[in-house]
Amino acid sequence: MPVIRIDGQDYEVKEGDNLLQACLGLGLDLPYFCWHPAMGSIGACRQCAVVQYQNAEDQRGRLVMSCMTPVSDGAIFSLAGDKAATFRQAIIESLMTNHPHDCPVCAEGGECHLQDMTVMVGHRDRHYRGLKRTHRNQNLGPLIQHEMNRCIACYRCTRYYRDYAGGTDLAAMAAHNHVYFGRHEDGVLESEFAGNLVEVCPTGVFTDKPLQQEYTRKWDLQSAPSLCTGCAVGCNTLAGERYGKLKRIHNRYNSEVNGYFLCDRGRFGASFVNHKQRLDWAGRRSANGRFDAIDSDQALQHLAAACQRGGLAGIGSPRASVEANFLLRTLVGADNYSPGFSAAEQPLVELALSLQQQTRALIPSIKQIESADAVFILGEDVTNTAPRIALALRQSVRNIAYTMAAQLRLLPWQDAAVRNLAQEQRNPLFIAALADTRLDDVAAATLHLAPADIARLGHAVAARIRTARAHSPATLSPNKVSPNKVPPNEVMDEALQQQADTIASALLDAKRPLLLSGTGCGSAAVMAAAADIAAALGSPAAATVTKGNVNNSDSDSDSDAENSSTTASKVDSDAAGPAVMLCLAVPEANSLGQALLTGPSAPTLEALTVRAVGGEIQTLLVLENDLYRRGPAADIERLLQHVAEIIVIDSLDNPTLSASTLALPAASFAESEGTLVSMEGRAQRHFPVFLPAKERRASWQWLLACLQAISHPRTTDLQHFDDVTNACASDIAALANITKAAPDHLFRNAGLAKVPRQPHRYSGRTAMGANVSVHEPKQAADEDSALAFSMEGVNQFQPGALLPFVWAPGWNSNQSLHKFQTEVGGPLKGGTAGAKLLQQTGAADDHAAPLSPSAFKPVTGQWLLVPRYKIFGSEELSAHSPAIAQLLLPAYLEITAADAERLQVDEGDGVQVMDSASGATLATLEVRINDTMADGCAGYSVGHSAHQGSIFNLVAGTGVALQKADPWQRRTQSAPGADLIATDSPTNSNTAAPGGPNHV
Amino acid sequence: MFKSLRSQLTTLWTILQHSFTRAETVQYPEQKPYLAPRYRGRIVLTKDPDGDERCVACNLCAVACPVDCIALQQGVREDGRWYPQFFRINFSRCIMCGLCEEACPTNAIQLTPDFEMCEYDRQNMVYEKEHLQIDGTGKYHQYNFYRVAGLAISGKDKGQAEHEAQPIDVKSLLP
Repeated sequence: MPVIRIDGQDYEVKEGDNLLQACLGLGLDLPYFCWHPAMGSIGACRQCAVVQYQNAEDQRGRLVMSCMTPVSDGAIFSLAGDKAATFRQAIIESLMTNHPHDCPVCAEGGECHLQDMTVMVGHRDRHYRGLKRTHRNQNLGPLIQHEMNRCIACYRCTRYYRDYAGGTDLAAMAAHNHVYFGRHEDGVLESEFAGNLVEVCPTGVFTDKPLQQEYTRKWDLQSAPSLCTGCAVGCNTLAGERYGKLKRIHNRYNSEVNGYFLCDRGRFGASFVNHKQRLDWAGRRSANGRFDAIDSDQALQHLAAACQRGGLAGIGSPRASVEANFLLRTLVGADNYSPGFSAAEQPLVELALSLQQQTRALIPSIKQIESADAVFILGEDVTNTAPRIALALRQSVRNIAYTMAAQLRLLPWQDAAVRNLAQEQRNPLFIAALADTRLDDVAAATLHLAPADIARLGHAVAARIRTARAHSPATLSPNKVSPNKVPPNEVMDEALQQQADTIASALLDAKRPLLLSGTGCGSAAVMAAAADIAAALGSPAAATVTKGNVNNSDSDSDSDAENSSTTASKVDSDAAGPAVMLCLAVPEANSLGQALLTGPSAPTLEALTVRAVGGEIQTLLVLENDLYRRGPAADIERLLQHVAEIIVIDSLDNPTLSASTLALPAASFAESEGTLVSMEGRAQRHFPVFLPAKERRASWQWLLACLQAISHPRTTDLQHFDDVTNACASDIAALANITKAAPDHLFRNAGLAKVPRQPHRYSGRTAMGANVSVHEPKQAADEDSALAFSMEGVNQFQPGALLPFVWAPGWNSNQSLHKFQTEVGGPLKGGTAGAKLLQQTGAADDHAAPLSPSAFKPVTGQWLLVPRYKIFGSEELSAHSPAIAQLLLPAYLEITAADAERLQVDEGDGVQVMDSASGATLATLEVRINDTMADGCAGYSVGHSAHQGSIFNLVAGTGVALQKADPWQRRTQSAPGADLIATDSPTNSNTAAPGGPNHV
Repeated sequence: MFKSLRSQLTTLWTILQHSFTRAETVQYPEQKPYLAPRYRGRIVLTKDPDGDERCVACNLCAVACPVDCIALQQGVREDGRWYPQFFRINFSRCIMCGLCEEACPTNAIQLTPDFEMCEYDRQNMVYEKEHLQIDGTGKYHQYNFYRVAGLAISGKDKGQAEHEAQPIDVKSLLP
């Protein structure tokens, strides 16, 4: 490790780092703008200048940009040196010449990197006396606010948006001091990751638009470590609350999972917590069919009484916490407990779990996905089902650039140079999907196939890999390879066979190949095919070949990749340590947790329906699950009609809740604690950000109270949330590790105090409740976690799972994160949050490859229904977030132009979807023409609200007939968010012309 | 013994002297003392010279307040101005230190020479925006934050604030 001298003191730093990274890692304060830990250096802003001396005799030194200076042994630098300090001050002053006098009305104020850096360099007085240049803003949609005047032209936004997130519609325009960062015209930013601009922009050019409508400064937010419930990736978030409202979601750094970035569903989709249709009081349906509000004690009595009556069944939820589901299962008994999946979904989730348990391949974290050097996606539209992974995949295709850079001894953080070197060269990414996906632009090849054909292609690839391995001289002990398992190739067309060859050879050449699939296309065969390829690649011989190369290329590709390889060998007992990765996406935040809790034999909703119809079920307890989203409305009604008492615990109004006889208000994720198991089997915990209002209670509290009211033997000694977690861990072997997801409520930081949810500058304590009573109530106590609803405590050095906000002296913005990391871009000082649950046996890899399904043959006049996802709309709760609601489209059906012509429909027309077996109309949807749809397939938008009928009447894999809907009211064509006005003129008109009437 | 006798006599003499000096007592409720305009008493919210509310709900007063007795919530008005949806001062906590006034970037919050705020009921010491808002500009007559700020509001477009050039035409090729 090189030793460098900074201001007379010697420091040991990491080889290959740049000086800025090294300084920040050492805890030294050095201002910067354009550098970002995830995006490397370009040396554009000149803010991080330091003095470098030739040798000990050199007294003058020269200015260098620390972000562009590699550390080398014996180098001598000065941060404090006069020359550098003056230079940095001058740079800030020139950046500030045009900066408007906006801080009080800027949503970045108080957590502004520009403010912090200005204070850090000591710039105070403005010498510039000229006019400030101004810009017009653009309307970038309902999520992001644009205020160009504040720009300091650091180029971080376009570097993030274009280079990192792969967006195309944000760019730097014009020249010199006119440079403008925006779109070619007003409009919603296309990237699913645009929300990160809010955190990437060092000043207030891009800010959180929904937050700005009812703004709260960072220092006033009560925050807690939380989790995104939008999909199964399990991104860590920081949720902030003020006055009982969830104000915003920020990224919570987790080096293994989401790193520095979130997707827009995660960032803007949590406002359903503030929805006016949230349940506040318990309600009991009276004889006249209306709900009467009852207090929680009465509700609990009713609940306990119903639970003692017998004939009890429970439906859990893949969006509720492990603990709540566990308590419900305890209450109703394992045989009467359904995890809440439909008969179509349950086997898929179970398969995803068992494939991950049985494979020898590595189940990758997002960090490890970023290190993949060849990717094959089978059937999953990850951008819309597990968005954060799509962002990671965009980084994985760039690994070739780092390899090339390493050959030229270029350091990986020299961003511009590395990018210029690689140009358009990418690591191979193959996509076999139902239709186009948002990753197509970085894919080496995209194939649009029906699910069965995707599976066949997968098996063909696996067969080719096995054949290649069998013939390879390096293979000493072929893994029961039998070329006979190759599916009959003659029915696969020539082009597809060629693709299979290409994919197989790319995967064979790769050191860290990644197979990505999931429940997204509704086909078990597709997932099995992905696992088959992983098994073929992951034979011991392959593993040995791979292992030797992992570390070499890791060390230069990114600083954390070493962790990935160590985790790799840790996960698997195999000494060789496979570098093959298998990633299977599941639908919801706790889908995998439900599969782990119940096992494959748990009754599905349909199984419960059969029992209800048979009269076995008198009371049905539904936990945070809108059953009408799980299957055809008629089926759900059949279940509910045959049950006398329907008790629903949920937070938002929904059809299931309306059908209940007793409704109990549940606290949302932001008001309760819970453990969720992400798709990679990582158990993570979220904590209440604020106390639930009115009579809302966490689901686990309702259920625990009920269990105790009926004196259930399992729960007599349970009191705290941690007791429930412990009980769950001891009862369910597969969940034994969930206790390690976060420290328990007895944890005291530094052995002294709880972790504060409020920053030490939290204002208004003695006034915020004074309108109700001037007598201030006692600070609420949190009995269930190690966090306090207070500004008192220690927010430093605690485990990563208990990080409620990032702040360090002089660093008010989120850039203070480096003070919490062991090294820049490395894990948190307190350790990475979460605990991996999956125990991998590697059994599947030794099994015979599953049989390939027979090819899909399109039939004229009949279509195969396939699911199509949207980041906004396919997920239940985020669609209730007001900002996202503005971007929702009504349910649609995607068909090819040829099919549309055959049906004589046009884009925007209605089409009736009819079951081709029974002829019943399932739904009426808007037609969207998508020529990339696989032949004979019709893609329906999952989770959207339909014009007529329910979109949930549609089940993936059904054969349907289509017919033009008549009459049909065409929607007026307008781009989502187009009615929103330009941000220059917040009144609802776009007409505020320059030099317009000035009535000041 | 002689010493203490002398001390007592001195005391008596001093007190006797005071019988002939002018009384310092002020007949307070009837007779008001002079308080300088910058005396730190009851807090008000002022309006800008155009008669619109000055407070932009930036929260700086609240964070500066050492007793945390100011609470407010920002909102955005139709015309684009930031404003406090509510603005509450708990005067039963206020120590009249004036830090809020110093922190205020828009001269909205100002302390006045009025200190007579006694109440029998403590609850009445909680002042809401309608109690705090006055119609005038207070001590600072000319300042209008939005004439200086870069934020465009209805009636003041980009480039119309003080020291601002006209907005850049991004599509122009001119230097």
